Amino acid sequence: MPAAESYPEELKYHPEHDWARIDGDDATLGVTWFAQDALGELVHYEAPVVGSTVAKDESYGEVESVKAVSDIVAPLSGEVLEVNQKAIDEPEIVNDDPYDEGWLIRIRMSDPGEVAGLMDAAAYRVHIADQ
Amino acid sequence: MSYLSLTDADRDEMLAAIGVDSVDELFEQIPAGVRLDRELDVPPALGEVELTRHIEELAARNVHTGAELSFLGAGIYDHYVPSVADVVLSRGEFLTAYTPYQPEMSQGTLQAIFEYQTVICELTGMDVSNASGYDGCTVAADACFVARHVSDRRKIVLAEALNPQVREVVETYAPGFGFEVVEVPHTNGTTDPDRIAEAAQDAAAVLFQQPNFLGCLEPAPDLAEAANEAGALSIAHVDLMSLGVLEAPGAYGCSIALGEGQSAGNWQSYGGPHYGFLASHGDFVRRMPGRIVGETVDADGRRAFVLTLQTREQHIRREKATSNITTNQTLLALAGLATLSWLGPDGLREVGETCLALAQYARERIPLEPAFAASSFKEVAFRTPLPAREVIRRAREHGVHPGYAVGRDYEGMDDVLLVAVTEKRTVEDIDRLASVLEDVCR
Amino acid sequence: MSVEPDRTWRDTPLIFERSRTGRRAGRPPIPDLPTPDVPESLRRARPPRLPELSEPEIVRHFTALADRTFGVDTGFYPLGSCTMKHNPRVNERLASLPGFRDLHPYQDDDGAQGALELMWRLQEMLAEIAGLPAVTLQPAAGSQGELTGLMLMRAYFADRGEDRDTIITADTAHGTNPASVTMAGFKLEKVETDARGNLDLEDLRAKVNDRTAGLMLTNPSTLGLFDEGIEAVAEIFHDAGALLYYDGANLNAVVGISRPGDMGFDIVHYNLHKTFSQPHGGGGPGGGPVAVRESIEPYLPAPTVVRDGDAFRLDHDRPKSIGRVRGFAGPFGVFVRSYAYMRAYGPGLKEMSEVAVLNANYVLARLRDVYDLPYDRHCMHEFVLSARNLKREHGITALDVAKRLMDYGIHPPTIYFPLVVPEALMIEPTETEPKERLDGFVDAMRRIAEEAAESPEVLKEAPHGRPVRRLDEVRAAKQPILRYLFDEHPVRVDAT
Repeated sequence: MPAAESYPEELKYHPEHDWARIDGDDATLGVTWFAQDALGELVHYEAPVVGSTVAKDESYGEVESVKAVSDIVAPLSGEVLEVNQKAIDEPEIVNDDPYDEGWLIRIRMSDPGEVAGLMDAAAYRVHIADQ
Repeated sequence: MSYLSLTDADRDEMLAAIGVDSVDELFEQIPAGVRLDRELDVPPALGEVELTRHIEELAARNVHTGAELSFLGAGIYDHYVPSVADVVLSRGEFLTAYTPYQPEMSQGTLQAIFEYQTVICELTGMDVSNASGYDGCTVAADACFVARHVSDRRKIVLAEALNPQVREVVETYAPGFGFEVVEVPHTNGTTDPDRIAEAAQDAAAVLFQQPNFLGCLEPAPDLAEAANEAGALSIAHVDLMSLGVLEAPGAYGCSIALGEGQSAGNWQSYGGPHYGFLASHGDFVRRMPGRIVGETVDADGRRAFVLTLQTREQHIRREKATSNITTNQTLLALAGLATLSWLGPDGLREVGETCLALAQYARERIPLEPAFAASSFKEVAFRTPLPAREVIRRAREHGVHPGYAVGRDYEGMDDVLLVAVTEKRTVEDIDRLASVLEDVCR
Repeated sequence: MSVEPDRTWRDTPLIFERSRTGRRAGRPPIPDLPTPDVPESLRRARPPRLPELSEPEIVRHFTALADRTFGVDTGFYPLGSCTMKHNPRVNERLASLPGFRDLHPYQDDDGAQGALELMWRLQEMLAEIAGLPAVTLQPAAGSQGELTGLMLMRAYFADRGEDRDTIITADTAHGTNPASVTMAGFKLEKVETDARGNLDLEDLRAKVNDRTAGLMLTNPSTLGLFDEGIEAVAEIFHDAGALLYYDGANLNAVVGISRPGDMGFDIVHYNLHKTFSQPHGGGGPGGGPVAVRESIEPYLPAPTVVRDGDAFRLDHDRPKSIGRVRGFAGPFGVFVRSYAYMRAYGPGLKEMSEVAVLNANYVLARLRDVYDLPYDRHCMHEFVLSARNLKREHGITALDVAKRLMDYGIHPPTIYFPLVVPEALMIEPTETEPKERLDGFVDAMRRIAEEAAESPEVLKEAPHGRPVRRLDEVRAAKQPILRYLFDEHPVRVDAT
C-alpha cells in the first residue's frame, strides 16, 4: 500500500527530494514521499557499498521504476555505515514507508555543519509547492 | 512509380481542412535560404517492371555461391537456410511492425524474442540474452562497454586469432570508452593460455574466438580460466552452428558469450543484414545493452510478454544508458530461431558432425599442407605454394572459389588459404576443389 | 483426458511447450565419412534443449505468433519518429535475388560488380539528397550512424590538434543522442527549446565555445517543427570552429525540399528503415549511412565503395579512417531495398515528403480542437499533441488514449516523448496512407476524447479487443523471467 503524503517534522530535507534523520554524528538518509510518488512503484535500488563515501549534493545511488530512473542525491557528506538490504530486496517498501522501513543508507557524517544548510519540513513543503 | 495514395480530390479537401491554398504554404517555416530551388538530381522514376529489370541486371553481375562452387567462410558461411525461415521473414506482421513498445499489439514478436533469448541462453550456457545486436562485431564492442562498467581497469585483451573485423570494430569503439586494446598473437594457429594470463593481469576483459578465425579449436576452457584468474571478464566469440558439438562457453566459465548469428538462419547477403547475439551471466543483466523481453501477466493474470528492464536503455537513461542501440536485428534473429527450431538438438549436432567430417576430409584430400596442426570445426587453413590470392584467382577461372586469403588480415601469411565447408558442400565438391587446387598450384 | 481449447489468439504456447522429445523437422545431409573426435575438454557435455517439433507445427507456431502481431501491413501505424510507411513487396523480392542473397562478402570485387554498383549508385543519390559529397554506407542503424558521426568529429579535431570535448544536444533530442555522446567519450551539454519550438539562440550562444566539438540536432525536431533559426544556429557553431551533426530521423519531411548540407550541417545520418522503407522487422534491421562534407571525408570508415572508370571496388586504403564500425561494407540487403525504393520515386521523392507533410497537417487540423497543441504552428511530417486536457478534466492519460486506440484497430502513436511535452502523443501518419485511413484515425481520436468524458473507465481498462489486456510491467522488472526455464519454469498463474 503506497503511503499517504507526509513530511515528518523531525527530518531535514534536501531540494532534490531527499531526507536526513540526524542521530549524533550519524544520519539516516532516504527519499521523500514526493520523490517516490513522482517515480511510481520502485522496482530496483542500486545501493552504494558499505565503507564508500558520499558527498553532499552528489549522487550515491539510483532508484528505478519501470519507466524512470532517478539519481539519489546525498543531502550530507560522510562514510556509508549501513545499507538497507530490505530496500534492495523489496524496493516497494520505499513507496510504502519512505521514512521508516524505506530508508536507504546510514552514514557517519564528515561535516555535521552541513546539517544547518538543509530545509525543515515547512520549507520543503514550500519548495515542492513550486514544482 | 510511387506508393502514394491520395487523389487530387483528396488533396483539395485536405488543403481546405488545413486552411491553406497549397502544400507549399506548409513549408514556409523553412527559411528560403536553405530550400532547394531545383529538382533533385537523381535518375528518373521507374515502374515496378522496369525497376525489376534494372535490379535483376545488377544482381546478374554478381558471382554468387550458386554460380561458383564456393569454399569462402571467414565469418560468413553458406549454411542451409531452411524454408521455415521464410515464414518469419515474409509474414507482413513480423516484417512491417517495429519495436514492440506496445505489448498488447505485439505479443507475437515479444514471445518470439523471448523464445530466441531462450535458445541463445541454452546454446551458450548463459542466463540472459538480449534481443540481438547489429552483428558479430558490434556485440563485441557492446561487451566491452559492459566491462567498462563492471571493472576499473582500462585495458581490453584480444586474441589475434579473433576475427579481424571484430578486432577492428573493438579498436574503433575503444577510445570512446577510454580503453586501450592489446592483442595476444597466436602460436601456430591457437592462443597460448599463459600469454593470456600475462596480458589479462590488468585487463577488464579478454576476448577470444572458438573455433578461431584461423579455423582452429582453441583451448577455450584454459583461456577462460586464465582470464578469470587474472580478474578479467572472459568473453567468448562463438559460432551457433558449432554448439551442437562444442561446449557452451557458460560451461567453461565465460562471463559473456557472443557472436555472429548469420550462420544460423541468415543468407550471406554480401555481409548483411544479419544479427549479433549477446548473452551473459545473470550478474550483468542490468549492464546488458539493447532490448530484453520478459515474461509477466496481464490484468486477467494471463501470461504475456513485455520489453523489460528498460531503464538500462537510451530512451530512459539517456547519457547513462548501457548502449545507444535502438533499432536492432529482430527479424534476422527470429529467422535464426526458426532455423534452430527446425534443426532441433539432433539436427544441430548432425550439422556440427557433418562440418567436422567434411573439414577432416578436406584436410586429408586437398593436396596442400595444412598450415596448423590443431583440430578444426569447419575451416582448415592450408599453405599454398603461390600467394593465396593468386591461387584464388586461378581457381576461380575453373569455377571454384577456394576460400579466403588469410594474408588480407595477417602479416606474413600471404601463402595461407582458409577453406570453409558447411553441410551444403559434399564429398564430391571437395574432390573437385582438390583437383582444381592440384591443377592451379602445380 | 483434458481437451486443449484453441488458444491461438488469446494465448499461444511457447515453442518449447509444443516440443516433444524425438520429434524432428530438419534432417541435414550426413556424408558417408567418419566423424573425427572433438577433444573431450571441448566437446559439448549436455545437448542444448532446442525445441523438437515437426515442420507443420513450426509453421503453425510462427503463424500464430504473426497473428498476434500488428504491422503496417495490418493497419494504420502512426508511431511518431519511426516513419512507419508502406514497405513495397517488390523490394523483398529484389533483395532475395540469388545474385544478392547468396553473395559472399569476401567475393572478389570482379565477382561483385552488380552489388558494388548498386552501393555506389545509392551513395550518389544519398549524397545528392543530403547536399554533401561523401557517403559511408557502413553504419548498421541510426544510432550507430550517430556514433560514427561523433567519432568522425573526434578524428577531425584530433587531426587539427584541437582539444574539444563537448557536444550540445537539444532538450527534445532522442535518447540515442546523449547515449551516443557518452559512448563516443564526449561530455554532454543540453540546450533548451524556445516557445516556438526552435533552439533557444541565446542559450546556445552562452554555451558554445572553444571546447565545443559540435551540435547534434534533429531537424525538423522531434516536435515535428522545422527550426526557423537554423541558419543562425549553423553560424554560431561554425564561427566557434565547431561542427553540426544532422540526426536524420526526420528526413522524411524534407527530401528534395531542403538539404541538411545546405542548412549548414557537416555530418548527416539517414535512417534507411524510416525514410527509405526498409521494413522495420519488429525492431530491425535498419541502415544508418552517413554523409559528410569534403573536409571530413578522409576519416570515414573503411571500406568505402569507389568507381574506377567502368569498374567498382571496395577501397580499404584509408589511412585517416576512424576504422570499422561494423562488419563488411554495411547491411547490403537493406541497401537493395532502399535503392529500389528511391529508384521507384526518382525526383518524385520530393512529392513523397510533400505528402508526408500534407497528411500530418491534415490530421493535426482535424484534432487540434479536442487535444492540446503545445506549439501552434503548421507541422512538418509529424506533430505532438498533449492529452493533458483529458488528464486534467477526466483523469485520462496519454497511455489510456494509446491503449484505447488499439480497440479501434489502430497502432498507438509514440507516447510520453518528447520529454518537454507532458502527456505527449507524437503522431506521424506518413505519406503512403490514404485519406480514409487518416479520417478513421481522426474519428477514433475524437471518439476517445468523448469517451474520456462519458465513460472514462472504458479507457482505463483498455484495450478490450487484443490478445492480452494491460500488462503487469512492475512484476516483469522486479522478478525478471528472461528465458524459458524448462522444468524450473514458474507455474503459469493463468494455468492454475
